[in-house]
Amino acid sequence: MNSIIFTAAARLLVALLFVFSLFMLLRGHHLPGGGFIGGLIGAVAFIVYSLAAGPAEARLALRISPEVIAMVGLGIALLAGMFSFFMGDPFFTGQWYWVGGDSYETSVFSINTVLVFDIGVYLVVLGGILSLTYAFEEET
Amino acid sequence: MADHSDPNAPWKSVSGIGTSAITALLFVFFLQYLPGVAAGDPVRWVIPWIPSLDVNLTFWIDGLSLMFALLITGIGAMVMLYAAKYLAGHPQYDRFALYLFSFMLSMLGLVLADNLIALFVFWELTTFTSYLLIGFSHTDPKSRRNALQALLLTAAGGLALLAGFIMLGITQGTFEMSQINASGSLVGQEYYTLILFFVLAGAFTKSAQVPFHFWLPNAMAAPTPVSAYLHSATMVKAGVYLLARTHPALSGSDLWIWILSIFGAVTAVFASFMALRQTDLKQTLAYTTLMALGTLVMFLAGSTGYAITAAMTFLLVHSLYKAGLFLTIGIIDHGTGTRDANVLGGLAKAMPITAVAAAMAGLAMAGIPPFLGFIAKEVAYAGALEMRLVIFVVPMALVAFALMFAVAGIVAYKPFYGPQGKLPHKPHEGPWPMLLGPVVLGVLGLAFGLLPGLSAYYLIEPAVAAVMGAPDTGGRVKLWAGFNLPLLLSLVTFALGFVIYLKHQALRERLARIEARGPDLDAGWDVFLDKFMALAKGQTKLIQTGVLRQYMFATFAVFAATVLVTLLTRNVGGLSLGFAGLGFMEWGVAALIVAGTVLVLLTSSRIVALVALGVVGIGVALIFIMYSAPDVAITQLLVELLVVVLLALAFLKMPNLDPTGVQKHSFANAALATTIGVLTTIVLLLVVDQPFDRRLTEFFEAASWTEAFGRNIVNVILVDFRTLDTFGEIAVVIIAALGAFVLLKGAAKARAAKGEKE
Repeated sequence: MNSIIFTAAARLLVALLFVFSLFMLLRGHHLPGGGFIGGLIGAVAFIVYSLAAGPAEARLALRISPEVIAMVGLGIALLAGMFSFFMGDPFFTGQWYWVGGDSYETSVFSINTVLVFDIGVYLVVLGGILSLTYAFEEET
Repeated sequence: MADHSDPNAPWKSVSGIGTSAITALLFVFFLQYLPGVAAGDPVRWVIPWIPSLDVNLTFWIDGLSLMFALLITGIGAMVMLYAAKYLAGHPQYDRFALYLFSFMLSMLGLVLADNLIALFVFWELTTFTSYLLIGFSHTDPKSRRNALQALLLTAAGGLALLAGFIMLGITQGTFEMSQINASGSLVGQEYYTLILFFVLAGAFTKSAQVPFHFWLPNAMAAPTPVSAYLHSATMVKAGVYLLARTHPALSGSDLWIWILSIFGAVTAVFASFMALRQTDLKQTLAYTTLMALGTLVMFLAGSTGYAITAAMTFLLVHSLYKAGLFLTIGIIDHGTGTRDANVLGGLAKAMPITAVAAAMAGLAMAGIPPFLGFIAKEVAYAGALEMRLVIFVVPMALVAFALMFAVAGIVAYKPFYGPQGKLPHKPHEGPWPMLLGPVVLGVLGLAFGLLPGLSAYYLIEPAVAAVMGAPDTGGRVKLWAGFNLPLLLSLVTFALGFVIYLKHQALRERLARIEARGPDLDAGWDVFLDKFMALAKGQTKLIQTGVLRQYMFATFAVFAATVLVTLLTRNVGGLSLGFAGLGFMEWGVAALIVAGTVLVLLTSSRIVALVALGVVGIGVALIFIMYSAPDVAITQLLVELLVVVLLALAFLKMPNLDPTGVQKHSFANAALATTIGVLTTIVLLLVVDQPFDRRLTEFFEAASWTEAFGRNIVNVILVDFRTLDTFGEIAVVIIAALGAFVLLKGAAKARAAKGEKE
């Protein structure tokens, strides 16, 4: 696309959208958002960039190929589910660790496999949609 | 021969010595159970797998499984050591070692598993690993074809077996074979016939009974150590094992007796003639394996002590001598460069140790006293005389055993003492890792025969007890059973066998002529596969038109038909339309959606249609927001956006809509679309008319915070309560993305290649 306004605005938009996607991912457990929505917004960010600068440039900006991102995401999601095996729980039982306390109320923050799983979802959605879009754009 | 390498290559690799050592350790591990099992104390280990479906990894060591386990690990260790030397320097030896070891473990799992589902899984694992082993020389198309043949045939049998197992498990209320056996015979029960057919289909394909026999000689495409292993104690014996394992539950009916007797006997006699006909020693041995399998099946038809003892004794002795002979053939091949029975001869001087090992295996095979083979034959005749179809079984057994005697001479005597032909290179003795197996196996065949009491007490009688499902009285396995009918039959066998051996050259030519006239099942298999592929191609062409519009029409037409039929046949009551409570905003959004839809229908530009469709989607998202479902609304909005972008990218490269094309299809499409719209509206109104069941909502509202520490119920359901579903969905996302990626890139590549050509 040859619009100067769009090209100029895209650089700014991409960064904002990408940060926003992470924000949506992290707030998902209590407020509207989550890995699925976050991944979609992240994909939109890079699609905007690819429309402005072309798919080759967008691939460079992503650094890792989207197919790999998606695969790694699936792997992370699987590992998050298998982590419960070490605790003797069934597959995909959420594991919670309270930092600075022993329950949600008393702790400062928590480390949990549920968020790890959501990060996996985020990466799969991001990588899956981008691999599709880039392939579409490059198919000329 | 291409499948082995130069004798000077280093062979002491981790993958060779390591796997062999682990297998040997497993052998020692199983040895410790001998006294306990012999005393009638089976061992049972249970590891819950899917307890809710009654699927457990239950392992059960009784006489039958222990005998198999010892044969698998014992012969396995020697074969692995042998293969390390045989394939030394082969570029893919490590892969081979992995295949062989995995095959050993699958086979071990098969004979130890008590749960039918676990047994089935191991059964299929042996199919897959044996496929890899048979097709190991994967650059050879014949080898690949033969491996595929074995895979397809045994896997088809495996599917039948699964059906049989599921019926067996459901009708008996348990999937544990030991419990099914303990609760007595199934004969006369409602589903008995069906279960029997399915189980037999699995066993007969795996154990290569006529008419499924042709894959087995073809499986000789594998390197010789694999043949030695697959054809002695493992793979092909799996079917026999299955028949023995299910014997207490399924045997005794007329059907069982007739089918097993006839198929077994025909296989045995057919195979022993075919063995005589071959000139490649490896092929000869392949057919003698078939003969042994037929004999085993035939004796498993019976239920008397002698018949079962015959089966178990013969199983043991066959495993020992067959593995030994295959390994010997490998040494001969290695040492002379040929396996042609017409050329080989006079090797005893150059290969003395091989000659002794082969002699011991051959004597056991021929059934000469005091080898265990002799006892097996005596017991077999005694068993045959006790069987229901005695008039049929005894002559068949006599013919098979006599031919076996002759074949033993061809395989174990003639190459070493017969006249020597022109050999490809000067014969030399095999190295010790290759000699160890044949020698140990030969000595065992002799030792078990000399000590019949011990081998009966520790190995044969516990196995017989397991097959009969009752403690065994024993006392049948004797070196000298007195002057009786079996001994007489043995003497007749020797005489007949000796005559056949002397005349085998002439007989072979005659057999070759008969074979040429008979039906060629192996070629028939290829024809069958070709026809099957043609059928698949034809029906794909018929159903898969490649026109997206037709697919969508078919999909929606089926959807409309099913919903319509349901609505018409069920009494659904009246519809109530409530417009109360709808404000300006709701009507506005509805108008927006309708306007978008109308625009899609009227425009002749793809891009306009796409944007109008986006308007519809955003209208739906607005409705989600109004009824407070922000997560769904955000997702809908984003997906709508992405769809517009993706389709716009695609549409940029497509021409404007063709007005005439639209006209041609419009009436049927409009009718279908209207039907779908009306039906969906009716269904939705009916759904809303029902009182809303809030139980699930209440549960998630209550549990989301207390159990999953999250306040956003939608997300908590996605990532915690229903994680497995989400995992499946993201896997689908990846598969879809990769599929589209490959299609797009593949199309681009094909075009690029075409461009280069032009």
